[in-house]
Parts: sequence; C-alpha cells; structure tokens
Amino acid sequence: MPFALLKHALRRPPAAEAYWPQPGELGQSYDVVIIGAGGHGLAAAYYLAREHGIKRVAVLDKGYLGGGNTGRNTTIIRANYLTPEGVAFYKESVELFRTLSAELDLNLMYSERGHLTLAHTDAAVRTARWRAEVNQHLGVDSSLVDPDEIARICPQLNLSRAVRYPILGALYHPPGAIARHDAVAWGYARAAARLGVELHPQTEVTGLVIERGRVSAVETSRGRIQAGKVLQAVAGSSSLVAGMAGLKLPIRTVPLQACVSQPLKPFLDTIIVSGSLHVYVSQSARGELVMGGSTDPYPLYATRSSLEFKEGLMGPMLELFPFLAEVKVLRQWAGMADMTPDFSPVMGLTPIENYFIDAGWGTWGFKATPVSGKRMAECVATGRQPALLEPFALERFERVELVGEKGAASVGH
Amino acid sequence: MKIMTCPLNGPRNIAEFVCAGEVKAMPDPAACSDEEWAGYLFLEANPAGLIVEWWLHAPTSYWFIAKRDTVTEQIVATYTVEQFFAQARAAA
Ligand SMILES: Cc1cc2nc3c(=O)[nH]c(=O)nc-3n(C[C@H](O)[C@H](O)[C@H](O)COP(=O)(O)OP(=O)(O)OC[C@H]3O[C@@H](n4cnc5c(N)ncnc54)[C@H](O)[C@@H]3O)c2cc1C
Repeated sequence: MPFALLKHALRRPPAAEAYWPQPGELGQSYDVVIIGAGGHGLAAAYYLAREHGIKRVAVLDKGYLGGGNTGRNTTIIRANYLTPEGVAFYKESVELFRTLSAELDLNLMYSERGHLTLAHTDAAVRTARWRAEVNQHLGVDSSLVDPDEIARICPQLNLSRAVRYPILGALYHPPGAIARHDAVAWGYARAAARLGVELHPQTEVTGLVIERGRVSAVETSRGRIQAGKVLQAVAGSSSLVAGMAGLKLPIRTVPLQACVSQPLKPFLDTIIVSGSLHVYVSQSARGELVMGGSTDPYPLYATRSSLEFKEGLMGPMLELFPFLAEVKVLRQWAGMADMTPDFSPVMGLTPIENYFIDAGWGTWGFKATPVSGKRMAECVATGRQPALLEPFALERFERVELVGEKGAASVGH
Repeated sequence: MKIMTCPLNGPRNIAEFVCAGEVKAMPDPAACSDEEWAGYLFLEANPAGLIVEWWLHAPTSYWFIAKRDTVTEQIVATYTVEQFFAQARAAA
C-alpha cells in the first residue's frame, strides 16, 4: 500500500461537522411556532427567516427531524399535473429545486431523469394527451409519445403486445427528477438554524390555546409556549393537530407503502409510472430500485407493511421488466398519507386567526417542499393567502370548488 | 391476510371488501345550508382510534357497517345495517 494512503489511516478522522446546534431549552415565546419538522415545516422556517426577516421561529417535532413522510417517500419530482392550478404550483417547485443545492450549499443529488407515465388503455392515452396540452400551454415540457419513442427513451421496458396490458403510449416529461429526500430536510434545517431558527425534536404538541377565535399558545410535552402565529405541517397527523384547534378537515389518513430492491448496476435512467397498473419505479443513485404503488385500501394510523402490497406490486412490475424476476426486495416501509378528496393540498389561512395550515399532502408532497415552504412563509408573514395558493384554500370545500387532480396525482407521486 | 367477518358471508379475506368511509348523519338536503352539506360531503372525523364505517362485500354487493381501530388495525365488530341503526336509535 502506498505510504501516502497509509498515513490517512493513521490520522485522526476530522470531526464531523454538526449541521445544527444541539437543541437547547424551549423558549417561553416565539413569533412563529411551526408544528412538524418535516421538509415542509423546515422549509417554511427557512423562508420565514430569509425572505421575511422573522427569526424568532421554533420548529417542533414529536420525533426526529425529517422522520415523517419526508424520510419515507420515493422522491419523485415533476410538474406534469392535470389542472392549470396544479401545474403552475408544481412548476414553481421544480424551478426552486433546480437551484436548491447551491442555495442550501448541500448536494441534494437532484437528478433529472425524464419521467414516463405509461398508458395501457384508451382512457389513459386520452388523459396523457390532455395533460400534455395543459402542460405545454403553461410552459411545462411534456408530450405524448408512442411505443417507438418509448423504446428509444427506455429500451429496458417490455413493449411486447403479448402481455395482459400492452403499453399504448405515454406522457413523457423530461424534467422529471429524483433527489436525496433526507438531504432536503437537513439542508433546510441547517440553513434555517444558521439564520437563528430553533429546532426542537422530541417535542410533541399536545394542545393549542385559542381565545376569542385566535391562537395564542401551544401546549407541548415540554411545557407551554406563547406563539404569535402557528403553522401546522404534520402530514399524516393533520386531522389530529387540526382537531386541537377545533377544525375538521377533508382528510383521511391512509398508509402508503414502498420498497427497494437489492442494489443493481445502473441500468434505468427514466422514472417509470403506470397509473393503470398502479406501480412506479426508479433507480436510485445507490442502484436500488425504488418501487411503490397506490395507497392502502382503508384508513389507518400505522406504518406497518403488508404482503398484499408486495404481491400487488410485483405482478405488474414483472410485466414491465420481466428480467427482474430473480431480484430480491431489500426493505419495505410505509408512511401515513393525508389524502384529500381532490388529490390537492389544503394550504393557507384557517378560520382561526394566526393559525395556518399546510396539509393534504397525501402521496405527492415531497416535490412541493420548496414551493410550500416559500409560499406558506409568505402567507404566515403577510397574513394573506398568496395568489398561487388561492385554489388550495381550506374554504374551497365549502364552495365545492375542488381542484380535481386525481388523474395526475395518484400513483404518479 | 386479514380476516373480516361479514354479517352475511362470515369470515372472509379483507381483500374482498371495500371501505366506503365514515358513517355520518346526513343533514336534510332541503333544509340545511350549503356549508353544512359540503361539511357532510367532505369533512372527516378521521380519528386515531375507533371508527365506524360503511363497508361493502364486493363479490355479493352486500353493504354493512364495521367498527374498527385505526391504530391497532383490529376489527372490533361488524353489524348489519338494521342492527346498527336499531342500536343507535336505542342508545339515542
Ligand atoms: C411511501 C411514500 C412515497 C411517497 N412518494 C412521493 C414521491 O415520490 N413524490 C412526492 O412528491 N411525494 C411523495 N410522497 C409524499 C410525501 O412524502 C409527503 O407528502 C411529504 O413528505 C410531506 O412532508 P411534510 O413535511 O408535510 O410531512 P412529514 O415529513 O411527514 O413531517 C411531519 C412531521 O410532523 C410531526 N408531527 C406529527 N404530529 C405532531 C405533533 N402533535 N407534534 C409535533 N410534531 C408532530 C411528525 O413527527 C413529522 O416529522 C410519498 C409518501 C410516502 C409515504
């Protein structure tokens, strides 16, 4: 072994850089208290401090930072939604993601792979064409492609017609990307902490103090804190926390499961989604195939895994990639998805003064982390609903003005 | 495999059933406000714990009511629709 190499082995390793200070005592009062230190809560804290100069901010989490759905998702980022409201919103998020590594000074391993939504029925082809038209109109790069083009984009796919559900076409979205999900949470947490935001893991919110229709304090497992404003960003626990504020939400909490295979040599660039077969797959930088499907068939506050999920996934997966038959599943897990009836989020003002909500992220909220953080920060700082969030207000349900995004948000993630 | 006991068909694989959401009291559509009606349509209690829901046994198109725990995933009881509402009326 060359000596130059050996001497490194003898040296003491450099001390690891702490991303944020050890959590200290909980303060008595803050300008803004954020419930939930997932990507959304941490991003909101960062933009509050950076763009609005509000630095007396505490982010509380009952567990550890990024341990909720932020640490459990399959990291697909895309803007090829169906409704103009949705497309405009997710487009801004993709734009923010593109420069986020530089902004946060952390490699988020943001990797544009191209995204194919396969269509196996005439109805699915029609939806793909509809999405392509809406996307192009709003400046999002999407097009309808036929099987020959699919073969050029992703030659690994089984395009044989001798299968149960042959591939008839696809929606192709070149900017579709994946990223390192944990790094997104850590990057926002570190950048927020540097601006003076306090991070308090292991601090569960157990109640809210509301007087004359206005929130004034938060009860936690570590005592009561006064709060000028409060933002809830708790994904699967949205109904429970909103319940503390006396609010009822249009949300059902349903598990969403995923799994990864053993690592393989890189062979799959494209992110592959099939809405008709209810499966999707991409290959991570580590070589693992990251796979998932639809949500579980009934509500649960649990993150258990089930055999039914795996069975339902593997049949269609082997139809798309028959050569994976011998590959083993390495891990499987689940998160609790906060599902809304229109597959769109619930964001912004609530009937309670100074109480703000960022919820209804279901199976599609990782890609929205930057835009949600940025726009919720604006909403909290100004006390007004930003135009981009207008369509996603909680009160849309009273007006029966839903944002029907099911055709683009389910399974596609 | 999880087993659910259907009041009509007995214990069956839960994959044969469809969960159709919380049992809610329907306001009078002619008399209630739009807001109440929207609340009935869209808002959910979504409890962590006991929940009472409509279920369908799909192969026999049979509707019934189940009480289950959304934290432990236990099915506590299943009822025919008649049984459930008779009990609810008696309790009221
Ligand atoms: C398996 C799976 C795959 C997914 N795939 C994708 C995908 O490919 N692309 C995509 O865009 N989205 C995907 N999603 C959805 C995405 O993960 C979520 O929408 C997103 O991460 C939500 O982020 P968040 O910060 O709002 O919530 P979370 O990251 O869940 O953070 C909420 C935090 O709130 C905390 N909390 C809850 N209750 C309390 C309380 N009372 N007091 C204090 N803290 C509390 C929790 O501990 C948690 O850390 C997927 C989800 C799952 C489960």
